[in-house]
Amino acid sequence: MTAADVPANATGKAAAAISRKPTRSTIADGSTRTSRTVRYVLLLLFLLFVLTPVYVVVITSFKTSSDTTAAAQWSLPQTWTLEPWRKAWDVLQPYIVRSLSLAVPAAIIASLIGSANGFVLARWRFPGANLVFAFILFGMFIPYQAVMLPLRTTFQELDVTRGIPTLLIAHVIYGIPICTLIFRNYYATVVPHEIIESARVDGAGLVQTYARIILPISISGFVVTLIWQFTSVWNDFLFALFLTQQNNGPVTLGLAALAGGQKVDYAASMAGALITSLPTLLVYIVLGRWFIGGLMAGALKG
Amino acid sequence: MHGRIRTWGPGALVLLPTVLLLGYFVYGLIAWSFNTSLTDRHTARKGPAEYVGFDNYVNLFGEERFLNSLKNLGVLTVAFIVGTLIFGLLWALLLEKGLRGEGIFRSIFLFPMAISMIASGVVWGWLLNPSQGDDARGLNRLFSILHLNVLENPWWTGGSRWTTMASIALPAVWQLSGYIMALFLAGFRGIPGELREAARVDGASEFKLYRHVLFPQLSPIALSALIILGHMSLKLFDLIYAITGPNQFRTEVPSVYMWNTLLRSDMAKAAAISIVLLAVVAVLVIPYVAYTVRQESEE
Repeated sequence: MTAADVPANATGKAAAAISRKPTRSTIADGSTRTSRTVRYVLLLLFLLFVLTPVYVVVITSFKTSSDTTAAAQWSLPQTWTLEPWRKAWDVLQPYIVRSLSLAVPAAIIASLIGSANGFVLARWRFPGANLVFAFILFGMFIPYQAVMLPLRTTFQELDVTRGIPTLLIAHVIYGIPICTLIFRNYYATVVPHEIIESARVDGAGLVQTYARIILPISISGFVVTLIWQFTSVWNDFLFALFLTQQNNGPVTLGLAALAGGQKVDYAASMAGALITSLPTLLVYIVLGRWFIGGLMAGALKG
Repeated sequence: MHGRIRTWGPGALVLLPTVLLLGYFVYGLIAWSFNTSLTDRHTARKGPAEYVGFDNYVNLFGEERFLNSLKNLGVLTVAFIVGTLIFGLLWALLLEKGLRGEGIFRSIFLFPMAISMIASGVVWGWLLNPSQGDDARGLNRLFSILHLNVLENPWWTGGSRWTTMASIALPAVWQLSGYIMALFLAGFRGIPGELREAARVDGASEFKLYRHVLFPQLSPIALSALIILGHMSLKLFDLIYAITGPNQFRTEVPSVYMWNTLLRSDMAKAAAISIVLLAVVAVLVIPYVAYTVRQESEE
């Protein structure tokens, strides 16, 4: 999925709502011990459903090729080996370097533009701002297939080398809508009206207000958009497929190549799937609350 | 007048680059695609093309393969939305009253969201291996280990359109149910405790409490979830590419068909498919965008 798949106009507020402890009245609902046990049993069953693929991918990634027979598919490795990881790493390493050099700047640039836009749309509105808002919002939902062909032609005509630079430009442009919306909502809910008004009365212009008042309190907004953009750029496949080639593409193309050959090396494919997922998983684990904030963006009003 | 420009001008100026960029790269390119779809540009070769009106669209809708891809998409979308909503809502219901270890459950249910559809497709392609009996692999092998052989099935490679597309939807459900859970959970937690209290004082049963008090409060969230899942499903591409490969008639949907058409350098036809896809998404999204913007401006 890509950035545009999840619309946004809320931030960490919704995430905070999830982790909010239920009110006492909800706990004191007279839920019996039996009902609690039933809930636990059901939850554990669902946990199995969610974790089964994890078990498979992890054990398979440590197996020797003779160990991946049909009969042994669900058992632990007879002998544990790092060979699949080494194999996958050898293939994926240049792709990972390219993906990093793509996702980090793409996330930063789109976030900066989104922050400035969001501030204007939330706090420095001009006549017709709503129209502009709708214009941007719709840009977030379009199926990228509808622009992909001419986009490729445009880049060819601009003579931009197909590869990471092309992809970077595309991800920045199509990342702007969601970043704008996340920041717009962030500023609409977080910044008190009075601060901006008094700054205006004092004669501060837009740039001054933005630089002195808004930017310093934007950190958690930036964390959300940076995580969001990094994850969606890292995980993007469609743009990569259309705008780059395998020998200069990002990591999703590398994984598709590794796992999609004529004779599939399952152990190496699984190790590859893990390797390519580690950066985003790490972001999720370390910055979970903000990650959720990005996810929730837009589906819920702050 | 001068004063107003001084007040509003800078803001408009900040948004100008974005408006220009999106004007070209979103709206301009859509117009370009649409324009191409009206021509007879059926090769990659440059040079003048003739306008043929809506011929490409007429041909598409008369074509077995395209209709098949639309039907696949319809079934996939229903299976995906229903599956994800059921799982997501169920998880939220199980968690919303709070229990020990809630954070762990939440985190585990949500983590698939962080993974690319390509990576998840690689794993699910392995799990959905169609072999059965002694040669069973993946989930089929697991079923036979658990003596649940009745559950063994050919997944996306055999059976009806429903079993095929539901097999494709399964990994997508796995990836996104946690997200829907998070939405509903935030919804439940946002309902003031007094509401529940009042209902209980009035003697409402748990069932009635949910049915008449809590669920109605969640309907805006359900609507958002529906729109989000719907438009995700319409664009689904990576997962199918990774699980079945792009060139499978059985699992072909318009986004995949467009890619296959493009591989044959049929520009006009690929453009027409992409515009049909856009139209389907727009039907879903435009009312939603209009509604959101109106709501925002009321605040």
